[in-house]
Amino acid sequence: MNKAIKTLTNGILRENPTFGLVLGMCPTLATTTSAINGMSMGLATMFVLVCSNVVISLLKNLIPDKVRIPSFIVIIATFVTLVQLTMQAYLPALYDTLGLFIPLIVVNCIVLGRAEAFAAKNNVGLSLLDGLGMGIGFTLSLTVLGAIREILGSGSIFGLQVYPDSYAPLIFVLAPGAFICLAYLMAAMKKIVK
Amino acid sequence: MVLSLTLICAFAAAALGGVYTLTKEPIEQAKQLKQTEAIAKVLPPYSTLSEPEEVGANIIHIAYDEQSEVAGAAVETSENGFGGKFRLIVGFDHTGNIVSYEVLEHQETPGLGSHMVDWFKTDKNNQSICGKSPATYAMRVSKEEGGKVDAITAATISSKAFLLAVNNAYDAFKQAVLADATSALDTLSQASDTTNLILGDTLITAGDSLTIDSLQLSSEQQTSEL
Repeated sequence: MNKAIKTLTNGILRENPTFGLVLGMCPTLATTTSAINGMSMGLATMFVLVCSNVVISLLKNLIPDKVRIPSFIVIIATFVTLVQLTMQAYLPALYDTLGLFIPLIVVNCIVLGRAEAFAAKNNVGLSLLDGLGMGIGFTLSLTVLGAIREILGSGSIFGLQVYPDSYAPLIFVLAPGAFICLAYLMAAMKKIVK
Repeated sequence: MVLSLTLICAFAAAALGGVYTLTKEPIEQAKQLKQTEAIAKVLPPYSTLSEPEEVGANIIHIAYDEQSEVAGAAVETSENGFGGKFRLIVGFDHTGNIVSYEVLEHQETPGLGSHMVDWFKTDKNNQSICGKSPATYAMRVSKEEGGKVDAITAATISSKAFLLAVNNAYDAFKQAVLADATSALDTLSQASDTTNLILGDTLITAGDSLTIDSLQLSSEQQTSEL
């Protein structure tokens, strides 16, 4: 029981994918122009992480060592395509903003990283918790980063206008703002965890 | 080794095939819905809509009222903006006045060029193009091209591209609707008072009293910007 809680919280704090492991930076920087975009990207990644972790840990004894990476990628890519098709069908507006980045979840280091480092060595239950914890950690980081960039860069939060956007420094919505916010958040996170 | 990889791939393929067939129809419907919603937003009230018709690179949907007379038309067009191609749908009433427009897709800079989504509908200073006809109202950027429309602050290139797309849409509309609709004859004669001259990418309307000097100036400015 203790180990289960530890596995779950590991991904949220100590080994947070964004601030601790610094994995998956491409979607982190690119999709966090607003809080809702960051959160959606996080949730999509979480779904893929949980599913691929569970399946890989179930199949770990059937997959020969030599072809484990191709097998993992096939499994991950399958789930990513499932997410993409479902999103395109039922959430077209969200697909319009995130569409380009969804296929990139396949090559997101977090997913393959957790498959290789955790799911291939642990049982189904723990792998599920690890996927869940990592997913929550990733979603939280992306949401926080997105919220900060949105409030600074366009004067709103989750689409609600807080102050007129003509006063908002635009740089925070653009790429440099992503790096600046990420650096400050990472520093703050290191301080907290220590 | 080969067997297990083949098995995994076969399962993955089966799962994907299943989901693809399941989601194929909803995806089509979602696309269709988005388009019909956009068309309904940019057109005056109408009862029936014609099948889409291609005019050059544009797609035009003509709307008819209860007496099956032309109520207006929605023109889908695309143009290169600052961050790549954007797609636009412009609605005209039967005389050629712009009712409204919707940006279907764009990759303009967030916070700058992305304002095109509502900038040209906002009734402030000379921003709005709604209720005006490109035949009688010079739809070009006011500062650099001697037009009457205020460009988006700090996004002149996006604004120019947007207005160019609107003019292209109007040309398609003119070809498809004004040319054969008898009810629009009087508008046509009105429109022909101002002669349109297309020079490169710039649309010049006589009656705007543009001199050759200012013309050269504007094209120089354009090149220096590029």
